[in-house]
Amino acid sequence: MNTILKKQSLNPTVTLMTVKAPLIARKAEPGQFVILRVDENGERIPLTVADFDREQGTITIIYQIVGATTKKLDQLREGDSLHDFVGPLGRATHTEGLKKVAVVGGGVGCAIAYPVTKKLFEQGAHVDAIVGFRSKDLVILEDAFAAHSTRLFRMSDDGSWGEKGLVTNALEKLIQSGETYDEVITIGPLVMMKFVCRLTKQYGIKTIASMNPIMIDGTGMCGGCRLTVGGKTRFACVDGPEFDGHEIDFDEAIARGRTYAAFERHAYEEACSLFAKEVR
Amino acid sequence: MPNMSKVKHPMPSQAPDVRSGNFSEVALGYDAATAIDEAQRCLNCKQRFCVSGCPVKIEIPEFIRQVAGGHFEEAYQIIARSSALPAVCGRVCPQESQCEGKCVRGRNGDPVGIGRLERFVADWHNENVKEKAPRPESNGHKVAVIGSGPSGLTCAGDLARLGYEVTVFEALHLAGGVLVYGIPEFRLPKAIVQKEIEGLKDLGVKVETNVVVGKTITIDELMQEEGFEAVFIGSGAGLPKFMNIPGENLKGVYSANEFLTRINLMKAYLPGSDTPIQHGKNVAVVGGGNVAMDAARCARRLGASVTVIYRRTEAELPARHEEVEHAMEEGIVFKFLTNPTAIGGNEDGWVDTITCQEMELGEPDASGRRRPVPKEGSAFDLPADVVIMALGTSPNPLIKSTTQGLETQKWGGIVVEEATGKTSREGIYAGGDAVTGAATVILAMGAGKTAAAAIHEALQKKAE
Repeated sequence: MNTILKKQSLNPTVTLMTVKAPLIARKAEPGQFVILRVDENGERIPLTVADFDREQGTITIIYQIVGATTKKLDQLREGDSLHDFVGPLGRATHTEGLKKVAVVGGGVGCAIAYPVTKKLFEQGAHVDAIVGFRSKDLVILEDAFAAHSTRLFRMSDDGSWGEKGLVTNALEKLIQSGETYDEVITIGPLVMMKFVCRLTKQYGIKTIASMNPIMIDGTGMCGGCRLTVGGKTRFACVDGPEFDGHEIDFDEAIARGRTYAAFERHAYEEACSLFAKEVR
Repeated sequence: MPNMSKVKHPMPSQAPDVRSGNFSEVALGYDAATAIDEAQRCLNCKQRFCVSGCPVKIEIPEFIRQVAGGHFEEAYQIIARSSALPAVCGRVCPQESQCEGKCVRGRNGDPVGIGRLERFVADWHNENVKEKAPRPESNGHKVAVIGSGPSGLTCAGDLARLGYEVTVFEALHLAGGVLVYGIPEFRLPKAIVQKEIEGLKDLGVKVETNVVVGKTITIDELMQEEGFEAVFIGSGAGLPKFMNIPGENLKGVYSANEFLTRINLMKAYLPGSDTPIQHGKNVAVVGGGNVAMDAARCARRLGASVTVIYRRTEAELPARHEEVEHAMEEGIVFKFLTNPTAIGGNEDGWVDTITCQEMELGEPDASGRRRPVPKEGSAFDLPADVVIMALGTSPNPLIKSTTQGLETQKWGGIVVEEATGKTSREGIYAGGDAVTGAATVILAMGAGKTAAAAIHEALQKKAE
C-alpha cells in the first residue's frame, strides 16, 4: 500500500510523486489534500492533491524540499512505500457554474493550481492561468498549464521566463483592459495571495484563496490549522482549505505559519548533515 | 472478618519531584498483599450500591471477593464479562463519582479502593496469563465501527465475542482514539492500550487505520457496497472550543487537543520525534477538566512553571480528584475564580501575557452551579509564553455532513435513543463523545456496550 509508482524531479527543489492509493483516488477532487508520514517517527504533513487517476488508483503529490520531513520524503525511491497516506481531506474547490475564471498560481503553489485549472477548462470555462516563478529554472508544469487553459500568462521575478514582474501585475493589466471574471482562484505563497486578494478586492471580484497552514490530524480534531476568516475562527482541515480571500487575516496566517521556523531550520540542517554522512 | 480500617491503602506512586521530570506512569499499583488487604475492606453488601454507580455494571463485590481470596484470574474473568478495557478503566475512571462514590464504607472513612483493585487485577492478568482467549466462530454478519476510542473498542469487543465480523475504521495512523492522542503516558501507558487492542485483534476484530469515514469512504458506501449490516459511530469529540478573546491565534497558543496530540500521539517530547512542540517557561492552562490537568502536567514535564486558570472554585473542578491532587503535588499553581479576558503578544507575534479578571460566584445557572461573574476592577496580567485552551470540544462535522438523514442536535451531537444507541438512520448506531460531547472514557464504554447489545438484537431479529 502507498507504493511510490513514479518519482520525477520538476526542478532542483520540487519533486512529483505518484502514489498507489485506490481508496483516496476514488474520491479525490481538486482542492483537497492528503496527510502523509514518511516513517514511524515522522510528523504528519498535509500536501494538496496535484492530480489523481481514478482508473489507475493513483494520487499525485508535488512537494518542495523545505524541511526535514520533505527532505526525508525525497530520499524515498520508486517502489518504496509511504508509512501513512490518508485522505482525501478538506472540501473540494467549488467550480460549478463558473464560466470565466482567472487562476493565479505562484511557485510550488502552481502544483495545486493546476488540477482546478484543468477541471474548469474541461468543464468548458474560459480559464486565464497566470503563473509566476522566481526564475526560469524553477518553472514547473508549463506544458500542463498550456494544454489546459484558454490563455497562459507566464511571469518571473527576474524576467528569465515569460514577462518580468509579479502575478498581480499581469492580473491587474487584464482587469484594466476590461476582462471580467466570475471568480479569481489564487494558490501560492501567503504574501502573494494576500496581494492578489487586495487587488481583486479593489475591483470587487470574488476571490478564493487556498490555505496550507500547520496541521496535525487534519480531520477536525486538534485545531492547529485555525485561522481568522471574516473575524471568526475557522479550521482549514474541515472548513477549508479554501476560503473567501477578502475575509482571510493573512498577516495572522503568515505569523502562525512561522511558529516552528527555528525548530524546522535546525531539523533540516540535521537531516542534511545526516544524509551527507550516509553518502560518504 | 473484614478489614475495618477506615483508610484506603494509599497508591504507591513516583515522588512528585521525580515524576514531574519524566513521562513514566505516576501510580505504580498495589502489590498482591496490599490488594488482598484492601479487598478485605469490602463488606460484600447485599444492596451493591457500587454496581449501580458503574456505567458498565461490573460485578464489583464478586470480583473483590475473589481478590480477597487471592484468586486474581477468577477476579479478572468476572471484570472481563462487563468491561472490555479493565486495565484502562482502573486507571482513568472517575471512581469517586461512580462506584466508590456509592460505597458504604465511604460513609464513615474511605470507600474501598475499587479502581485500584480493578487495575491490580487487570495488570496481574496481563502479566501472568499468556494464553489468548479463543477466537469465537464467525456468525457471518459484518459490522463496521467508526473510531477506535473507548466506545468503539468496547462495541467492537462485545460484538466480536458474539461472533460478528467487526472492522474498526480509524482516521489516525494509530488505533486507540483519545486513549493514545489525549491521555498522557504518565496516566495511561500506551503499551497497555496496545495490549488491549491486540486482545481485540485476537478475537478477530480488524483495525483499519488511516481511513477517514466521511471522506475516504462514507457510511452509505460501507453499508451498500461493503456489506456491513450495521454501523456504530464512535468518532469522538471534535473541534476544540476557544473563548473568542483577543490574541487566541498568537503563536504559542494551543488548544489542549493540539498540545496533547503533539505530545502523546506524535511523541514530540522524545528526541527521535520529527514533530515539534513549544517548551514554555511559563505555561497558562485555561480550564478545569481532566484534559486541562493532562495538558498542565505535560507542560510541567517539559520543564515549565504551570498555572491553571479556572473561573469557578476548587469545589467545582470537573477533573478527577486524583488528577487535581497529583497536579498540585507536582507544583502546578491553581488560580481559581479567575477568567482570561485577553492574550497579549510581542512584536514577533508570540504570546507573552494572559490578562485575567477575578470572578465571584453569583446565582446558579442552568447546570445548577453558581455562575461566576466578573469582579469590577480586578484585572491583572500573568506572564505566559505558552497558553493552552482546554475548554471542551464540539462534535466533528465530517460524518454528519456526509450521512444524509442522520439527525443531530443543534450543537452537532448525534441524536440517539438512549437505551439502544439507535440513530435516526436504520442500522446506524452511535455513542461516546460524538453523542454526548466531551465526557469520560467509561461513559463512552457504556454507550459502546449498549449499542453492541442493540445491534446484536436487531441483527438476530433480521436473520430470523
